[in-house]
Amino acid sequence: MNIKDVLTAPKNEVLFLLGNEAAVRGALEAGVSVTSTYPGTPSSEIGDVFSKVAKDADIYFEFSTNEKVALEVAAAAAVSGLRSFTFMKHVGLNVASDSLMTTAYSGVNGGMVVLSADDPSMFSSQNEQDNRHYAQLASIPLLEPSNPQEIKDIMNYCYQLSEEFQIPVLIRTTTRVSHMRGVVKLDSIFKSKNIGFFYKDPERFVPVPEAARKMHKKLMEKMNKLQERANESTLNQIFHKNGSLGVITSGGAFNYVMDVVEENNLPVNVLKLTFTHPFPEETVLEFINDVEEILVVEEVDPVMENAVLAVLGKQGVKKGIHGKLDGSLPLIYEYNPGIVLNGIKKVLNIKTIEKEIQETSIPLPERPPTLCPGCPHRAIYYSVKKVISDLDLENVIFPTDIGCYTLGIESPYKAGDYLLSMGSSIGTSCGFSKATRQCIVSFIGDSTFFHAGIPPLINAVHNKDRFVLIILDNRTTAMTGGQPHPGLPVDGMGEEAPEISIEKIVEAMGIKFLRNINPLNLKQSQLILREALEYHGVAVIISKYPCMLIKSKVKKNNFVVEVKDDCINCATCIKDLSCPAIYAENDTIRIDPKLCRGCSVCIQLCPEKAIKVKKRNINY
Amino acid sequence: MKPFNIYISGVGGQGIIKTSIVMGEAAMKMGKPVVMSEVHGMAQRGGVVSTELKIGSSRSPIIQNGHADLLLAFEPLEALRAIHKINRNSYVIINTSPIMPFNISESKYSYPDISIILEELNSKSKKLYAIDGVKIAKKAGHILSLNMVMLGGASAVPGFPLDEKILIESIKDNLPQKSLITNLKAFKEGFISVSE
Ligand code: SF4
Ligand code: SF4
Repeated sequence: MNIKDVLTAPKNEVLFLLGNEAAVRGALEAGVSVTSTYPGTPSSEIGDVFSKVAKDADIYFEFSTNEKVALEVAAAAAVSGLRSFTFMKHVGLNVASDSLMTTAYSGVNGGMVVLSADDPSMFSSQNEQDNRHYAQLASIPLLEPSNPQEIKDIMNYCYQLSEEFQIPVLIRTTTRVSHMRGVVKLDSIFKSKNIGFFYKDPERFVPVPEAARKMHKKLMEKMNKLQERANESTLNQIFHKNGSLGVITSGGAFNYVMDVVEENNLPVNVLKLTFTHPFPEETVLEFINDVEEILVVEEVDPVMENAVLAVLGKQGVKKGIHGKLDGSLPLIYEYNPGIVLNGIKKVLNIKTIEKEIQETSIPLPERPPTLCPGCPHRAIYYSVKKVISDLDLENVIFPTDIGCYTLGIESPYKAGDYLLSMGSSIGTSCGFSKATRQCIVSFIGDSTFFHAGIPPLINAVHNKDRFVLIILDNRTTAMTGGQPHPGLPVDGMGEEAPEISIEKIVEAMGIKFLRNINPLNLKQSQLILREALEYHGVAVIISKYPCMLIKSKVKKNNFVVEVKDDCINCATCIKDLSCPAIYAENDTIRIDPKLCRGCSVCIQLCPEKAIKVKKRNINY
Repeated sequence: MKPFNIYISGVGGQGIIKTSIVMGEAAMKMGKPVVMSEVHGMAQRGGVVSTELKIGSSRSPIIQNGHADLLLAFEPLEALRAIHKINRNSYVIINTSPIMPFNISESKYSYPDISIILEELNSKSKKLYAIDGVKIAKKAGHILSLNMVMLGGASAVPGFPLDEKILIESIKDNLPQKSLITNLKAFKEGFISVSE
């Protein structure tokens, strides 16, 4: 499949689509005009696909500086009468939530869909928060699709709902749904207008207290009507009917339920809820009429379970409710078919014939993720550690941030001590600077700096903090696959765009100590790091070198390095640098030419000068 | 139709996701239901990569422990790490060239002997096919065609549900034209290495 097929494939064709790709097709079929995001796993591919097809589809797409801006772009488009779509990873919605809350109050004209991709079990995230709570918090409708076809199909429904009730709609997926591939049958693409008009209406759009009070009342009225809609919704469906246990489930968990129920022919009824907020109380009441007990299967928090408990309480119905709260199912992490089967078996008190699962008693070494060979982050981490040890500094605190460079927590660098969220490296440095006398060296990436690094840096200058900030400018948003950001001369649709200079931003804040370094030049980097560590105040170093993954896509490296006979097997390169291309074989140091990117860092640090360039020259 | 479950594991950069998509699209072309799960993001940087593919009626893309019909392992250590997915009736195809974890020198455990890995998998599956995929790929023309060697091998396993002709079509649809000859050769050699 070519990714452009997401746009060009005609109605009735089938494609093998990722959940994220299906979301794009669904939005295009619904006639979306404005789309925006900040990249984050597991939602990133939605933006990647839009960025490839938006121009041809004649719609607008942008990588916004952060999720709050992305949501605001979408909200303004929607109040101007256009259909808009903004999508982000779960923690991104935290950033956007400030404006989301008010968007719910003031409402929309064109349909507005917000997609939150949650990450149960934290494959790529700092937490596994369940963003279904946001639907409750903001009072907006929530839909939870289970597979790529459903993601595509509900987009259109969500836009209709959003326009009918003039309210933003939240779609919640999880990693296993966003990153699931399945056969998707397509409908036609609908091309709607892409120029809107904003009709002023301050009573509706400017929530001064007087107006906000009215807005909230109106929102509650909408939610009451939406409750009826949820009860009537055919998206909430009974799937299996042959027992006295009623299983209520949603999203990715529904898939596990159906697989184990069908395979083991379990005596249960299954109610799949897709429209889950406002909670379809009547649908649920009707369903539980026919069963004696109920098991709620959902990821991650007991959101529906609590809602079921509330409904039964309200109606005075007494029935056993199982799920997370009584320990039938685990309270945290993602589910899988085995976990769900165990939960059902526990409640039904039955046994099934199990396939024997194989195990091994051989201890297996881990294979943790690591910075790529030649990654400029590795070089700067090496230099920081070197200078700190040369200067005999102790107890240095390394606030870090979100990106590939978070992997700097690993040995041998161990340069990551505190991390809360995007941009927290700088905000927490301010706090450490006030709360301790320790030396502070803080790391933030270029995209993360634009996202959330600027306000805390202003804070640092104004409040006279003291720390070293290293801005790791690798010219891309590397972790999520290399999306552009405002520091690059290109935008989300591949058009030329003004490049915002990090250096000038920092300068404008009045930061006196500002240096640019090439992290692959160890000597220069270390000299400047020394100076920075002695500086009283906020010292900013911009460490600029492109990400190897992006760089080698553009240009293959034309040289590698090799170990010569001068090597005394001191293993400094392995111990202090830990580049994946360097390894020891029977105590002899070797370099794997397939992995080496020729960054030359190992050449510079080898105390015996035993590593040499093979083929061609290096550029400095 | 009970699904044919394939668990594919290895290391980032071996072409595992592409291979799985080739199979998935072939299944789709044959009109078979198919679902697949893949990993992205932080999990990729030089770490373990695995995909799960279920061909036949199934809703979730996750293979229950012990339910893989075929374990297609691009790397020996990653084969063993995935052992919980197989049962005594599963087939296992393994590429025998190891890729050392970058931190193996300071790891708590050493990399197990290949012979021990093979013995373990052999004794716990229906049949183990150990092939030197890297060598076969190099012979076919390029080390990067390893994934096609593995795919060819998979297609030789009893019960494998995809037609060779349609698989080849799917390879043509998904892999670059310029390496097609190498890839098809690798596919064929992989098939032969497992059928023997
Ligand atoms: S993707 Fe780029 S930034 Fe990330 S680890 Fe690799 S080289 Fe470094
Ligand atoms: S030059 Fe040295 S440090 Fe750089 S990628 Fe090659 S082996 Fe690794």
